[in-house]
Amino acid sequence: MNLKAHAYGSIAFIERNFALIKRYLGWELVFLTYNVVNALAIGLIGARMGKEMVLYLIVGAMVWGFLSILFHEISESIAWERWEGTIEYTFMAPINRVTHLLGNCLHAVTYGVIRSSLILIIVVFFFGISIKGANLTALFIILVVSGLSFVGLGLMAAVLPLLSTEKGAYATHIFEAVLLLISGVYYEIEVLPIWIRPLSYISPATYTLRAMRAALLDGAGLGELLPTILLLLGVGMVLIPLGMIVFGKAEFYAKKKGKLKRSG
Amino acid sequence: MKEPIKCVGLKKTFVKKDKVVALNNVSFTIEKNEVFGIVGPNGSGKSTLIRILSTLLIPDEGSASVFGHDVVREYSKVRPLINRVSVDAAFFKGISAWENLRYAARLYGLGGKEAKQRTLDILSQLGFSEKRFYEPLEDLSRGMQQKVAIARAFFTSPMLLLLDEPTTGLDPRSKMEVQNFIRKSMSSNGLTILLTTHDMNEAEVLCHRVAIIIKGRFVTVGKPNELLEKYKKPNLEQVFLEVTGKDWKEIEYES
Repeated sequence: MNLKAHAYGSIAFIERNFALIKRYLGWELVFLTYNVVNALAIGLIGARMGKEMVLYLIVGAMVWGFLSILFHEISESIAWERWEGTIEYTFMAPINRVTHLLGNCLHAVTYGVIRSSLILIIVVFFFGISIKGANLTALFIILVVSGLSFVGLGLMAAVLPLLSTEKGAYATHIFEAVLLLISGVYYEIEVLPIWIRPLSYISPATYTLRAMRAALLDGAGLGELLPTILLLLGVGMVLIPLGMIVFGKAEFYAKKKGKLKRSG
Repeated sequence: MKEPIKCVGLKKTFVKKDKVVALNNVSFTIEKNEVFGIVGPNGSGKSTLIRILSTLLIPDEGSASVFGHDVVREYSKVRPLINRVSVDAAFFKGISAWENLRYAARLYGLGGKEAKQRTLDILSQLGFSEKRFYEPLEDLSRGMQQKVAIARAFFTSPMLLLLDEPTTGLDPRSKMEVQNFIRKSMSSNGLTILLTTHDMNEAEVLCHRVAIIIKGRFVTVGKPNELLEKYKKPNLEQVFLEVTGKDWKEIEYES
């Protein structure tokens, strides 16, 4: 398969997913409103503790929202295909599975970054907080790089809707919930029981949150954040191939057991 | 080039509440440019066979190859050579026919312009109005959706087409348009087609050879006129009754 075919293949998923977003734009506004209201409610918990606490919590809400969007978009792209029955046509098309999954992931990261940026803008206006000292470029880069490691986890989660049309997509929330618990989204990981903390250290969300808080609250520069960026890149390099392998095994299982069909 | 389809001793069993034998030692070969029909009731194994040949299902035993490529081990060589129409037109129903087909075109490495031209050409032959091309598929009738599915299968110019009950549930006019299109494509493009159908007349008219499948097993295979002569019957429905002991009309009614 040549590069042109790979590119066409990846574009297919990005184009198709944005066409579906456009078709259901009204619902997209509903989901955006939900994310914004959620972030505002969480930000308000810290309102009496000062601007820093509000921003601390908002970063948590933003990363949590970003992570949820990625997981949702990746697993939903599989779940939707299972519902419509198109997954058989996608799977029998002459494209590499890597092209297929990376196309979906590229869409998820792009869409997640757009929506998270919108949430940040709305929330900052709502609280009337100045973010003049923040390093927004670093914030953006961290968000994109963290997307790589979350994509790896998302691919593993996408196995669930592949194997169960009815409940699989919903079951991916367990991945999000575990990350929420262990990664210090709304609290420092030091408050966790000691036996859970090792999990925090292997969660990419822990490092994403620290780096984003440093960029937003302290205006940390790219040089300062470079070790975290490299770490997140490294985690992504491990988790994406691992996610592909897990998905490949699940695809083989589904083809052996006849689980790809919707009907007939 | 080797045979478009060669199956040897194919077996597939699904384990749900009970064991269901979907294919039981199926062996056959299809020659180039041949239209090979498989007729049988629901649950007889037709779609299972199509799925195995489409690289979507792994057989328990036996082998299947497409133009000499094993469908399990060499699936990436099989996929560019085939396409498929299933009984249900599987699409993203919320978006238009064009958006669905543009997606499919990219998967097969076709550019948008080329894909659009080919598709509109096929759809016009199927009596599909261009203005409906940009409407969400959920607003189109079942027959129109099936025509879009047929366009999706043909516009990639496959060498082997797997048509799984493409006319089931269509109104008589749509059915005729689809059958005419298949007949025309057979003669002009030199395609090889595996067609499963519920319609004995369709099998008799369109297929060079027909196999009758019951409970995952081919019970007879031959040219339609040879089968009629062999069993001394006036039509394939009567042949079906002779070889299976079951009335085809009753089976259709039950399904």
